[in-house]
Amino acid sequence: MKFKLTTALVACGLAMSTTAALADCGIESGSVRILSNDFEALHVIADAAKTCASDSVEVTSNATTEHKNIQVPALTTNPASYTVPIVATNSIVPLLNEDLIRPLDAYVEKWGQQLLPQQLIKVDGKVMAIAFMANAQHLFYRKDILDEHGIAVPGTYAELIEASKMLKDKGVMEYPLAANFKPGWNLAAEFVNTYLGTGGDFFKAGSAELDIDNANGIKTLETLKAMTDYMSPDYVTYDTNGVKPIWEANELAFATSWGSRASAYIGDDSPAPEIAKATALAAMPALTDGGVPSAALWWDGFTIAKNISDEDAEASFRAMMKGISPQVIAENQELAVWLVDGYEPTPAADGVVANLQGKARPYPMVPYMGLLHTALGDNVIEYLQGSESAEQALDDITAAYNTAAKEAGFLN
Amino acid sequence: MTHKEFMAFIWPSLLAMALFIAIPIISVAYQSMFVEHEQIMIETETCGPFGCTPEVAVDQDAMRKIREEAPAGRFNGLETYTNSSHLATDEITEIVATSENFGEIRDRIMNLPFYKALIFTLSYTFIVTPLVIVFGFIIAVVVNSIPSFLKGPVIFFSLLPMIVTPLVGSLVLFWMIDSRGVVGAFLQYLFADPSLSLKASPTLTWVTLFVYGVWHSAPFAFVVFYAGLQTVPSDTLESSMVDGANRWEQIRFVVMPYLLPLATFVALMQLMDNFRIFEPIIGFSASASATSLSYLIYTDLREAETPLFGSAAATSMLTIVGVIILLLPVLFRNAREFNRKA
Repeated sequence: MKFKLTTALVACGLAMSTTAALADCGIESGSVRILSNDFEALHVIADAAKTCASDSVEVTSNATTEHKNIQVPALTTNPASYTVPIVATNSIVPLLNEDLIRPLDAYVEKWGQQLLPQQLIKVDGKVMAIAFMANAQHLFYRKDILDEHGIAVPGTYAELIEASKMLKDKGVMEYPLAANFKPGWNLAAEFVNTYLGTGGDFFKAGSAELDIDNANGIKTLETLKAMTDYMSPDYVTYDTNGVKPIWEANELAFATSWGSRASAYIGDDSPAPEIAKATALAAMPALTDGGVPSAALWWDGFTIAKNISDEDAEASFRAMMKGISPQVIAENQELAVWLVDGYEPTPAADGVVANLQGKARPYPMVPYMGLLHTALGDNVIEYLQGSESAEQALDDITAAYNTAAKEAGFLN
Repeated sequence: MTHKEFMAFIWPSLLAMALFIAIPIISVAYQSMFVEHEQIMIETETCGPFGCTPEVAVDQDAMRKIREEAPAGRFNGLETYTNSSHLATDEITEIVATSENFGEIRDRIMNLPFYKALIFTLSYTFIVTPLVIVFGFIIAVVVNSIPSFLKGPVIFFSLLPMIVTPLVGSLVLFWMIDSRGVVGAFLQYLFADPSLSLKASPTLTWVTLFVYGVWHSAPFAFVVFYAGLQTVPSDTLESSMVDGANRWEQIRFVVMPYLLPLATFVALMQLMDNFRIFEPIIGFSASASATSLSYLIYTDLREAETPLFGSAAATSMLTIVGVIILLLPVLFRNAREFNRKA
């Protein structure tokens, strides 16, 4: 409740300071049209950008979970329907592939003094996006249960499995573990996380040829399968939103989920305050002792459409500078792991920060990663359910990926 | 009616059919024969908050020219239809050549995505359709025989499953069959098996989807049969009673033959509908155990960041072919009866 109240107060404050903000933005004229995903951190940014609106400057925003599906058609028109598509590591790729966003170097030089070097997403030496927040999956655990049974926070999958086994054998919990294993996007993301932890790469260097049909691929599948032994058989339906109520029902000791959900797990407004208080966050487990956390790091950032007037592009960039300004972020520290100057990590950021410190690897930003992600989502579950071998699963993934990559023109 | 009058009556609907049915299908068929241009890649370095990595990217300038020259993409003929995500002709040839027995051939073919989806789609169609007709008929006969003051409310409640949007209906049931939900918990109690989960086992997931399908579609068959029952000629019924027919014999020898054309109609509609099964798979999060042809189209268009239009178009065309094959026997039968009457 306190959390919501703060947000409301900030929103009020922003609304009242509209006139004062005009001078801050200093935009003479133009139209700013933001397209973004739909979660609180992005609302805050869009609302702050809207304070740049005036008689000659129009600022609108569309926050929708469908953003990924409408961005390409919406930016292909000339002029584009949106000037500022807010993207993530994966959703910038189609915009790059279709040549729909413009380089931002000139704007960064002129208007981007507030930006840190780490915020610039450079492709081929050109700044194509400005990142403002980081996200990753990490471990959620129940401090109280671990303390009671003398279990240390698991740093590797072996320790996680051992701890889960202990809780199960002691009869503390039937299924102490949960993760987003629903086939499709979620399960594929788990495979990507774990595979990155092996140190292997998904593709042969510099080509679209898949390179997971090897020991790393087998190790990844075996690790995922070992986890399912301690998960409720219903895991085939678990996605990000599906795990949270089970966590709050006091039926889990470990879960892996997204950092962007952490503040909802540990917040004071949780429907199960006792459990929220006992919830702590850690890095994603590593595959071996001393290995990197097996999590893919993601960024969220904004881009500027190509098919718009230079006037609108400039207005958009400057409005977004207002949206992600250090003042706005300072008032909303708890909403995300911000990459913006002056950000002080809050407890909700513990997991993502631990991943970063453990040198977890970024989600690959190659044009054909999305095709692999789909192939993984469709072909891992049969192995986990025991109806086919790990080798067969890797063969199926390779076949599905190769077919899709051929159709998309990345393979011959 | 002269041909001229006939044409005057029919042209608006012919035009609408051409615009909204024929042209889209032709466009999908055309699309299915093209794939993306070969992407020209350049080696680049991608830098971000987590460091720099050498990556490859699409060469925009080179691609723009190629796309302008041939906006539909690269002609691929029927190869999308035969690739491993669709009919998988090469894979099947290899499977037949290298497998030891029929069982192995069957298992390996069922592992191919298209056939996996096809087998569920067909099972769903052929199990749900007859059950819908049977249950719809039974409900109609029962409702027809209850006192008239009860009929209104009973009909209303019988229709509810059809009124509920499929996605919403399946989501509601999805939570009810959860092991904490009212149905799931009751089944665990009934079978004294705390690990029973309708969501986890592939077989039970199939059964759940079949039950849902019957639950959702039976009201449609019921409405049709109930309307038909109102028109059963009473003199035939009465003369059968005079002949000593009991209630079952009246239904068997008077009502059923009379309603047979309606059953054909319901079968036609249900075969078409069930072959396109899709929403329940999403609503029940059942994709781990059950995929359908429509679900394949959905993943081609929605799951990847770059939609695979050619692949989705090919699956769509194969779905149309499937519907035609399914409907042929029923249509033939109808045409024969029509000719006999004429």
